[in-house]
Amino acid sequence: MFTYIVRRIVYVIPIVISVALVCFMLVHITPGDPLVAILPADASQELAAQLRTAYGFDRPLPVQFGLWLWKAVHGDLGHSIATGRPVLTEVMRAVGNTVTLAIAAAIIGFSFGLLFGLLAGYFRDTWIDKVATSIAIAGVSVPHYWLGMVLVIIFSVQLSWLPAVGAGPGGSGQWGWDWEHMKYLVLPAITTSVIPMGIVTRTVRALTGDILSQDFVEALRAKGLRETHVFRHVIKNAAPTAMAVMGLQLGYMLGGSILIETVFSWPGSGLLLNSAIFQRDLPLLQGTILVLALFFVFLNLVVDIAQASIDPRIKRG
Amino acid sequence: MSEIIEPIDKLEPIEDIGGVAQPLLRVDGLTKHFPVRGAWFGAAKTVRAVDDVSFSIAKGETVGIVGESGCGKSTTARLLMHLMPRNAGDIIYDGRQVGRELSLRELRRGMQMVFQDSYASLNPRLTIEESIAFGPKVHGMADAASRHLARELLGKVGLRPENFANRYPHEISGGQRQRVNIARALALSPRLVILDEAVSALDKSVEAQVLNLLVDLKREFGLTYLFISHDLNVVRYISDRVLVMYLGEVVELGPVDSVWDQPAHPYTQALLAAMPSSDPDNRTQVPPISGDPPNPIDPPAGCRFHTRCPFAEPLCGGATPKLTELDGLGHQAACYMAIPGSGHSRAPAARDLHSEAPALS
Amino acid sequence: MSAITELALQAAPAGPARGYWATVGRRVVRDKVSIACAVILLAIFLSALLAPWLGLADPYHGSMIRRLKPIGTTNYPLGTDELGRDMLARLIYGGRLSLLIGILPVILAFMIGTSLGLIAGYVGGKVNTAIMRTIDVFYAFPSVLLAIAISGALGAGITNSIVSLTVVFMPQITRVAESVTTGVRNMDFVEAARASGADAFTIMRVHMLGNVLGPIFVYATGLISVSMILAAGLSFLGLGTKPPEPEWGLMLNTLRTAIYVNPWVAALPGAMIFAVSICFNLLSDGMRSAMDIRN
Repeated sequence: MFTYIVRRIVYVIPIVISVALVCFMLVHITPGDPLVAILPADASQELAAQLRTAYGFDRPLPVQFGLWLWKAVHGDLGHSIATGRPVLTEVMRAVGNTVTLAIAAAIIGFSFGLLFGLLAGYFRDTWIDKVATSIAIAGVSVPHYWLGMVLVIIFSVQLSWLPAVGAGPGGSGQWGWDWEHMKYLVLPAITTSVIPMGIVTRTVRALTGDILSQDFVEALRAKGLRETHVFRHVIKNAAPTAMAVMGLQLGYMLGGSILIETVFSWPGSGLLLNSAIFQRDLPLLQGTILVLALFFVFLNLVVDIAQASIDPRIKRG
Repeated sequence: MSEIIEPIDKLEPIEDIGGVAQPLLRVDGLTKHFPVRGAWFGAAKTVRAVDDVSFSIAKGETVGIVGESGCGKSTTARLLMHLMPRNAGDIIYDGRQVGRELSLRELRRGMQMVFQDSYASLNPRLTIEESIAFGPKVHGMADAASRHLARELLGKVGLRPENFANRYPHEISGGQRQRVNIARALALSPRLVILDEAVSALDKSVEAQVLNLLVDLKREFGLTYLFISHDLNVVRYISDRVLVMYLGEVVELGPVDSVWDQPAHPYTQALLAAMPSSDPDNRTQVPPISGDPPNPIDPPAGCRFHTRCPFAEPLCGGATPKLTELDGLGHQAACYMAIPGSGHSRAPAARDLHSEAPALS
Repeated sequence: MSAITELALQAAPAGPARGYWATVGRRVVRDKVSIACAVILLAIFLSALLAPWLGLADPYHGSMIRRLKPIGTTNYPLGTDELGRDMLARLIYGGRLSLLIGILPVILAFMIGTSLGLIAGYVGGKVNTAIMRTIDVFYAFPSVLLAIAISGALGAGITNSIVSLTVVFMPQITRVAESVTTGVRNMDFVEAARASGADAFTIMRVHMLGNVLGPIFVYATGLISVSMILAAGLSFLGLGTKPPEPEWGLMLNTLRTAIYVNPWVAALPGAMIFAVSICFNLLSDGMRSAMDIRN
């Protein structure tokens, strides 16, 4: 187990470096001179040359990457062109809001996903199974940004029960866990939760069905065990895989929030990314993507290690 | 195929070169080690799956290989077929060294194999006829001729071509599929057929039918068999000579009756003792084998069996005993108890037992 | 018992001989859900393809006095958009671009990913390690983030959106192709083919492709569902198609402001994306279970 953890952690190092390389290259696949994004439209030749040297754009790419990586390791992701503030500060503030949204969505999505999945797997091929799988397939097929719009139409426009956009009074700066703020979270969280709900339902249904069809369950029943006990065995066997899937889904929610945050103007990392793209704020774009991808890599690491430690079948020496 | 070959209508079998006296297959020092990833920062280890195995198969003979699972039987088969690279050893087919005097492509014609899993060894997307005709086509036979050959062979293995030729593997029974696999192996007119647990997965009644079919085909086509199985009864029924393998090494070999009646190696004795016998007079008194085979990653030094052997003495953990001739009739064993003057307390006295025995090949 | 007398013992299998794909096809056709999805998709495809000949209104021609008419208005059965253009015409014409940018990336990714996966799986060893470790890097990004990152860096445009989605799906298909290939490669029938002396290319063509393409194809069909959502999503963000082209994601974006005036017209383009996406998903599921025929 220990060697597995060490090996898994060591394996993260080349991935992190590659992720950093991809993020670094993002600026360089942009059409045209990266300097154009920084330069005022009426800049003189001298200023251009001066800035080129200052940003190191005149050096060879590997050197630029090395310098950029060195700074990034020390928490310096450059400054936002739009606001002039350090990219890391901007990103971390926004990520906090995305985490809030993702956790709320995870609570909703995972609870319903587990419930529907267990019911569908347990009552396979009955109407319960059919209803649950239909909900699940709708959940994974729906364009979630559209679902967000539909929810806004119903609950904000037609019924006026919930606010359509934003993060409540005082914006994101003064978030609180009271209804005045939480009501802003309801619709985005529900919208975010449908995909993980669908995927968790399908995973848990398949796992439950597989486990129930195995011989040892027959043996348990033959031994006279009550269904509640059989059920406990099902949970125990399904838990490692289900947890791994949920961990991955949490990562997708954190990293893929841009569409929903745009629909609801939720001030998280996705909205930040959106504004970075349209203001051609390349350092901010690069930094946000780097931070989100690193989050995802480390979440995967934690999930893998957690899964290995609770699953007795995985003996990775 | 890069070159364009004119399609042919008939595959001529590989010609017999050395006559009856020359073994059809000679294996010398065959060795296969699999590297195993060691623990973190640990030294790389190797599994000695097949370790310095030598034997020969005479023309028209059936040689059996027996042993527990993991003893290297199947690896030996795959090495002989050149389906995996070997670490060392020579494979000589009818006097011609494979890779030098005999090309791999020619060897494929001369030596074919039937696998254990009848379903996995047939492509589920091809009809039975297509599966059988594939080999001949690869070797340049025209499409129509190869299909005709496939149908003919189906008849030879007891399947009516008009009923089976256009079937798919999932549509027929396990026994029927194994007949198809035999036909597929015969399609290249090989002289040697390796049967790797070819009847092990079949029901007992079907197994008997397929065994009889194999005996008939051998006679009809003048085949030579290498018959690999863990089922001692089946091996005794079909084989002329037998090899007993343990942890990648040959521990005993000889004519099947001689080995069965007078097993010299305690491992062979244990194997035979563990075999359920219907004849109460034929039971050996040797205690059956105990424990699992040792880890092949770290085989014990000396005789590999000494950790499980009831007669082990300090000598057995030292040097590895060599295969030694016992009776001048080809019965050999690698056990100090069978080597005269070896120093083992149960070894016969040192004298040249068989110097006058007639040398039979 | 001679081989010939045994002939009588070998009972012929019942029913006509049927190939694998014929069996799968019959099973798909018998599945009502799959057929319904196929019909809906065919209708959407054909109407998009034949849009100019369907006698629809001009999807680009608007009028300020006819803006945001509700569903059911005379001459405008599905209402009009924020510039007074006929919604029905725009939804049908919109299928052309939406389907193109949703499906083309998966087709491209299928071609590239299958080739890479086949090579990695069949050759194995160092080649496998090189390909699969490179693929791992893409897995370090959530797919939405990767699509946005590439599109965002390349800038808006149909080509860029197709390129970015191809990059997103290619690693996933490569992984599936590699694992399926490795599985098939280790089957005894491939060994048997090697034992018969066939070269790698012939084995690949005769024995591997037919067994490998099916599962990858089913997986890719399911990916079209995701791709439709993502492609429209990129347009929705303003990273894909540009106005005034009719495209479902972009239409959803430009109609967002209209939700207070005429909400249900604004929601229509999304319903189209939803319909296509769910149909591809169900079709993929149907094919997968139809292909699972062990005896």
